Amino acid sequence: MMLSGKGLACQRGGRMVFSGLDFSLRAGQALPLTGPNGAGKSSLLRLLAGLLPAAAGRIDFKGGSPERSLGEQAHYLGHQDALKTQLTVLENISFWASYMRGTLAGDDALTAVGLCELANVPAAYLSAGQRRRLSLARLVAIQRPVWLLDEPNASLDDSAQKILSAMMRDHLKRGGLIIAATHAPLGIKSARELRLGRAR
Amino acid sequence: MTPLSALLVREIRVATRIGGGALIGVLFFLTVVTLIPFAIGPDLTLLKRVGPAILWLGALLASLLTLDRLISADQEDGSLDLILMTDTPLAVTLAVKAFAHWLTTGLPLVIAAPILSLLLNLDLAAAMAVTLTLLAGTPGLTFTGLIGAALTLSLRRGGLLMSVLVLPLTIPTLIFGVASASAAIGGTPLGPPFAILCALTLIGAVIGPFAASWALRHGQE
Repeated sequence: MMLSGKGLACQRGGRMVFSGLDFSLRAGQALPLTGPNGAGKSSLLRLLAGLLPAAAGRIDFKGGSPERSLGEQAHYLGHQDALKTQLTVLENISFWASYMRGTLAGDDALTAVGLCELANVPAAYLSAGQRRRLSLARLVAIQRPVWLLDEPNASLDDSAQKILSAMMRDHLKRGGLIIAATHAPLGIKSARELRLGRAR
Repeated sequence: MTPLSALLVREIRVATRIGGGALIGVLFFLTVVTLIPFAIGPDLTLLKRVGPAILWLGALLASLLTLDRLISADQEDGSLDLILMTDTPLAVTLAVKAFAHWLTTGLPLVIAAPILSLLLNLDLAAAMAVTLTLLAGTPGLTFTGLIGAALTLSLRRGGLLMSVLVLPLTIPTLIFGVASASAAIGGTPLGPPFAILCALTLIGAVIGPFAASWALRHGQE
């Protein structure tokens, strides 16, 4: 499996966020994205997820399912947690597990991220860190080869960070790919990082 | 559970829990229809004559009231991003969302209509006729509104603009809804206007989800 981008450019609101961006990533590799605020880390992740059109360049994904787009084979963990506050924690994760054809039952995914005691609490009462843990549960409930993570360790406590690092190590060991925008160390080995500069 | 049935259950749960807004439409409908007799005065024959039109207008405005949350709620909490990243066709997902929305906001209006008919001096047969036309027509309103909800998604406070966009599109449904109710009450054949009303709803159900998914795919930035 191999994911690569060539000459990628992204334009938002008439401003060029980045251009001429190249990267490539093999199965079992992680690529941290670093750079100052506004350098386009989130934009690059959304672009790979298919949520933003690229202004130029191309993205190649080899070795995945040929009839599905990269977005359909990727997990996108953005700044928003995609939770419905009216639903309980278990209802939230079970919905995504069914809707995205996950393999793991909702309560097993909650156990993996240490939320099983809160299964029947409405998501409205969760703290920021607990909401984040609940979105991490999606990563284990549904198997997708590419993980696009936008500051995955924001507002996580030490134990949740350890869980996240372990999840990422497992995913890489199974031959998955991770691209993560981050300001803090992710706790996994990565050969190199992609540093996005301030837009010219 | 299959992806689409999971989505249907989730939409219904969200709408019927506290803060979901399923009952807001019915309360608005009740308020509008209750106000009319006070405005017109105790003229029973006049009330009876304008009754079907009032019920239809009330239902139309009430179903517009809740439409702006149909997609924007999913956009605000990030669910829409994940919905766009699945292999379920977007139009089908949107059709299921619109159907769930009708079940939780449109169907209560249909159920409330016979009770509100009493306030407008409609007899049982007339009340049933109006209810039948609402049952056939309100899904069409929701599916038409789906297009407006998708088009105004990227705008802040797009709800007002959405009403302005959607109201003209609902005119045919309104005309044939009231026409078939009046036909049933007046004793003329119900068939032709009612058939056109059903056709309008079916057209909306086919075009609405596709137009809305096109608007979403091309409006993302």
